[in-house]
Amino acid sequence: MINIEEQRVTLSKIGEEMLNLCQSQVEQSFEAFITFDTDIAEEVILKENRVNALDLKIEIDLDNFIALNNPVATDLRFALALLKINYNLERIGDQAFDIANYTIDLNQKLAPELVEKLQFKVMFETLESMFKDIVTAYTDENLKAARKVFKKDKVINQINANTFLIVEEEVVKNPALVKQYLMALVVMKKYEKIGDLLKNISESIIYYIDAKILKHKKKK
Amino acid sequence: MAKEIEITMEELKSKIKNTTTFEEDTSTSGGSRIEAKDVKVWYDDFNAIKGIDMKIKPNTITAFIGPSGCGKSTFLRLFNRMNDYVEGFRMEGKIKINGDSIYKKKVNVEELRKEIGMVFQKPNPFPKSIYENVAYGLKIQGIKDKKLIDGRVEKALRQADLWEEVKDNLKKSALALSGGQQQRLCIARTLAVQPSILLMDEPTSALDPISTAKIEELIHHLKEEYTIIIVTHNMQQASRISDYTAFFYLGELIEYDKTRKIFTNPEKKQTENYITGRFG
Repeated sequence: MINIEEQRVTLSKIGEEMLNLCQSQVEQSFEAFITFDTDIAEEVILKENRVNALDLKIEIDLDNFIALNNPVATDLRFALALLKINYNLERIGDQAFDIANYTIDLNQKLAPELVEKLQFKVMFETLESMFKDIVTAYTDENLKAARKVFKKDKVINQINANTFLIVEEEVVKNPALVKQYLMALVVMKKYEKIGDLLKNISESIIYYIDAKILKHKKKK
Repeated sequence: MAKEIEITMEELKSKIKNTTTFEEDTSTSGGSRIEAKDVKVWYDDFNAIKGIDMKIKPNTITAFIGPSGCGKSTFLRLFNRMNDYVEGFRMEGKIKINGDSIYKKKVNVEELRKEIGMVFQKPNPFPKSIYENVAYGLKIQGIKDKKLIDGRVEKALRQADLWEEVKDNLKKSALALSGGQQQRLCIARTLAVQPSILLMDEPTSALDPISTAKIEELIHHLKEEYTIIIVTHNMQQASRISDYTAFFYLGELIEYDKTRKIFTNPEKKQTENYITGRFG
């Protein structure tokens, strides 16, 4: 395949596949954790192999793309952005994999009041919406959708910041649930990390479309 | 008329920075400033250049890129008036070197070309010895002082990074050198007459990667003393060695900017399509 445009389309599709795979991993990890469904948790764990294989494929394909085509301008930004997007997606996959393992380790369903108080659902809905924006930004090269992610990440960060205080208060009231609270704290942190990684992906998409580097900039 | 030419040459010399006499052998001619204003060129009815404005800073490397027939070589050859010999050539607009128009009637073209060296696509050494090739320009200038010529030959060969390879074989035929060495010899021959501008028309397109790398390294060092313009079809070469890049298309200057900008985020879609290999 000599045509650089065709090569980009192929690479982009593999990137999209990786995005969809990691998105489904995160969704399933949430469902498994909240409903204590170990079958779904096992599925997430098994999917990790596919994520790793796809991660390797994208890296090797991009290596070849760069080495054989000497890309510049938009082609170079595409390759660099996809490398970073892939790296961040693989790490998202790792977070989902960890959550699935925690679900199995916890070996019990979370108390509904705990899910309510820690705003697990709000956090997950926000993450879901961030994923949607990322997919739109990635497939349609949509800057506006990419920029939406930053605000939503702040919501995630706020929920996570409240978690510690809530757990501190609640664990005193109900010491029997201490294991659940501690596990919820760890899982919450994992989702917060997924939010950060989605933000990184959004920055890479903006870099590709607009040639602007937003990394480490406060105002985005 | 002769007096007028002399004065013009004096003016031209005085404009060139840091000119010192050769005897000191520490001379650096210093690069010149080039300016083109609304330049148009025709070959009979064919409009090859369609009104180009460009300013080139001294001691910079500027790459001219664009598809074949876009006018980049024609534009390059305006700076040493090589197009004057082409039948049907006609030009409008102004080209100034260090503020002096080089297309004024009183300009002595041969004197002008001492200031503007040119290196071509294929190495073209004379069928003479290595020494005679480099000394040739000096001898036709009327310089007879053997010591002075020897000094300049050595200096030029050192500048062209060839001295160590040929110092024991200066009497050997230049045609016995490899392609890459021949091209460096041609650069040395150009440098011996101490120009302030170097024009290079695809200087490495006939060379292997090792020789190309040597010439590129050489060009990079020569920037300290010369203003260099290079026409190249090799995008990687343009991005590797130049400070500024000008993209030409159908006789127009489409984009001219810092090389880093052109190769990372060009302003014009046409530039992007060309450098990414989508057309041309």
